[in-house]
Amino acid sequence: MSVAEAPAPEALPEVHIVPPTPRLVKVLIGLGIFAILVFGFFTPAGKDVTFQLTLGEEALALPDLTLPAKISAIVFSVIALLGAVGALFAARKERPLWPYTTVFGIFFVLGFLSWAVAGNTINLVGLLQGSLLLAVPLVFGAMSGILCERAGVINIAIEGQLLTGAFMAAVVASLTQNAYLGLLAAPLGGLFIGLLLAVFAIKYWVDQVILGVVLNVLAVGLTSFLYGRLLAPNQETWNSPPTFSPIAIPVLSDIPIIGPILFNQNIVVYLMYVIVIIINIALFRTKWGLRVRAVGEHPQAADTVGIKVNSVRFRNVLLGGLVAGLGGAFFTVASVGAFGKEMTAGKGFIALAAVIFGRWKPMGALAAALFFGFADNLQSVLSIIGTPIPSEFMLMTPYLATLLAVAGLVGKVRAPAADGIPYKKS
Amino acid sequence: MKLELRNITKKFGDFAANEDISLTVNPGEIVALLGENGAGKSTLMNVVYGLLQPTSGEILVNDVREEFSGPGDAMTAGIGMVHQHFMLIPPFTVAENVMLGHEHTKGAFLDLDAARSEVRRVSEAYNLQVDPDALVEDLPVGVQQRVEIIKALVRDAGILILDEPTAVLTPQETDELLGIMRDLKAKGTSIVFISHKLREVQAAADRIVVIRRGRVVGEASPSATKSELAGMMVGREVSLTVDKPPANPGAPVLQVANLSAADLEGRPILRDLNFEVRAGEILGVAGVQGNGQTELAEVLTGLYEGEVTGSIVMDGQELTGRTPRQILDGGLGYVPEDREHDGLISSFTVTENLVLDQFANPPYSSGGVLKSSVIDKRADELIEEFDVRTQAAAAPVSSLSGGNKQKVVMAREMSRELRVLVASQPTRGVDVGSIEFLHKRIVAERERGAAVLIISSELDEIYALSDRIAVMYRGAIIGVVGPETSRDEMGLLMAGVTND
Repeated sequence: MSVAEAPAPEALPEVHIVPPTPRLVKVLIGLGIFAILVFGFFTPAGKDVTFQLTLGEEALALPDLTLPAKISAIVFSVIALLGAVGALFAARKERPLWPYTTVFGIFFVLGFLSWAVAGNTINLVGLLQGSLLLAVPLVFGAMSGILCERAGVINIAIEGQLLTGAFMAAVVASLTQNAYLGLLAAPLGGLFIGLLLAVFAIKYWVDQVILGVVLNVLAVGLTSFLYGRLLAPNQETWNSPPTFSPIAIPVLSDIPIIGPILFNQNIVVYLMYVIVIIINIALFRTKWGLRVRAVGEHPQAADTVGIKVNSVRFRNVLLGGLVAGLGGAFFTVASVGAFGKEMTAGKGFIALAAVIFGRWKPMGALAAALFFGFADNLQSVLSIIGTPIPSEFMLMTPYLATLLAVAGLVGKVRAPAADGIPYKKS
Repeated sequence: MKLELRNITKKFGDFAANEDISLTVNPGEIVALLGENGAGKSTLMNVVYGLLQPTSGEILVNDVREEFSGPGDAMTAGIGMVHQHFMLIPPFTVAENVMLGHEHTKGAFLDLDAARSEVRRVSEAYNLQVDPDALVEDLPVGVQQRVEIIKALVRDAGILILDEPTAVLTPQETDELLGIMRDLKAKGTSIVFISHKLREVQAAADRIVVIRRGRVVGEASPSATKSELAGMMVGREVSLTVDKPPANPGAPVLQVANLSAADLEGRPILRDLNFEVRAGEILGVAGVQGNGQTELAEVLTGLYEGEVTGSIVMDGQELTGRTPRQILDGGLGYVPEDREHDGLISSFTVTENLVLDQFANPPYSSGGVLKSSVIDKRADELIEEFDVRTQAAAAPVSSLSGGNKQKVVMAREMSRELRVLVASQPTRGVDVGSIEFLHKRIVAERERGAAVLIISSELDEIYALSDRIAVMYRGAIIGVVGPETSRDEMGLLMAGVTND
């Protein structure tokens, strides 16, 4: 038997952990270079691009901005690249990246628009106002997802909850000819799906992904059936809800650019602001939120300190149903003005993507939903103006962004540890 | 506080995990509950803590009969429990973890200041140092355990249950914990200390209650000898030492040089390892769990998913870059630390698991078709040779006890002609009887001339088997010492302290 044959190292090899460059930053730099090359090279010289900065209703109207397209495409792309490089340095010094990525985002889009709209006019305020509207159901859906998943229940049924909410709002508002009553009824539609989700997922341990898919199919089937039998033959009584008109908030709505975008909207949009803020505060600063997050991370630990895990989960799934149902009202009493078959058209799934892209945080999901809404609206605006790229590509943006997010490009994407796992007492 | 259990029985279906257990813990007394894995110690304590409801029997706290419908009731009655697997929320801070379940609020909001000062109050009163704002996931396990104890004390626990508290600690941390237990006792806290480690039970307890197969089989005082205690625990005479002749090492079989590894996120996991294992020699790898031992075993067997640099030579052949299949066929046997996940396919039969490594080769199959008669015969031989206690060779391996599952893994791996055996935590969660058997087989492998690498976080096992001991700390081998090295010295090495 030999002793101490290998020499003990005098000290541990020193390790300097240089924070590795986040992949996100690498991607942004790549995109910045891509922007300079493509937008700069392909934008025709001699054409102008005009950005309108007003809807024409504000007290203080800004003049239109007309720029030479090629030069502005190059300048905006260079600023975007500088933003990405700034993010690189911020990452090295472990400072927050978001100011730099925001700069990148804004100027990348402006560079893109200079190229895509060259020779034409685009109304930026109208573009952003429309984006916000398209994001509303996504935000409500994402809040529903966060409420459920933070407590450890996967909610794939957001789509169905939006749809039943839209249906309830349309029917009740039509029958009573009161949009506010429709708005009150919508959450009950979402609650119905939420209740089914809660019972089967929490009480009977049904696989939550399969369950969610089935509930979506149920919602589509149920509303389509009632639509065909009841709503379509009697449009007058059953499917002609009054809709909300925008309410301009005095003073705030007169601020140039952001006034008309944020403060001249209908009541559902204002409700959305309130709900996001409440959920954000409640989740991170109250006793309720601490317990919800505990249950979603480590239910056994919560149980051992006397928290009733499954009650917390049940309550949250029902709450999620209420919120998503409320969001569904947007389709019928705030936007289209009538219920249509499968009118949610996959928004619930994009909301789910926003939950992941926003890393299960209300503010993150809000930002993600706004981004997806923007991509959606840009797509339709550009298809009217006529663009060099098929607008269908723009429709893919939310899904592409989510794929990149899940692949780890936006940093550590970590779901609540017990997400989707039923809690069974041994 | 006084805790009294009267005739507690807990049944799961027909199986009685606890049968007619009566037990008294007096105020300020440390009672050790000694028993093998699966004897029913944890079940009993989960009943006391309200996580499980007894089938029959009574629980009395300070002579008052209590019924607990959940842990909340038990805590109100003054019972606190530190679980074997910590009940802490990793992304929460210490203060948040401590306040969870009895939160302080200011208006609608959490009052984190109150939570912090509560943590500080208890940590000063009992000398349990911890930063209230640290994230639990960033803390070493020893400190996490302190947080668990604080959690119980903040709730004014007069009776503290510690479930296998030393399983994850270094020897120094264990000593520290024993000190904390004495302090708590001096302040009047009663403690129930669950363990299967004889040394700690003797060091800490005022009284030892031994449980076997769900029943109390007797009481002992801490002055009882180890073999007496072990005998009570197992129910027969057991030998606690491994008989092995002096080693007779031959030529180096496994040579590792400049081996480093990093995980998928680029963090260093193994740092510049250099060692060799000779034929007919057992090298023990000691260290507190999580210092790279698991990854070392994975790297040696080609299973590691990360970047590996350096060289591993077995019998003159380079192993890095080879697939696990090639490495196993080259003469390496591997007993993984998590046999349920990595060593066995639970839903397969004992027979199938025994030929899992060779079913595709002749004589077990020909032309892609399994030859079940040959396989069955071989399995029967191995079951006989390794004394695998199973109802039938065709029974699913999941129906076996931990010890017998491990025998299946070892039988399979040792059925090839091994040059090197890598065994990670070879007797974790295995009953004492099987430990004896498995240790004998490992020594027999050495005597046959294999180079054996044992990775274990149980120091007793390292001492019992090793001819030389390499100590790992933060991914590096911090020292290679002989088996005569004292436990104190070993503990220092495991904590990263070297003499020079």
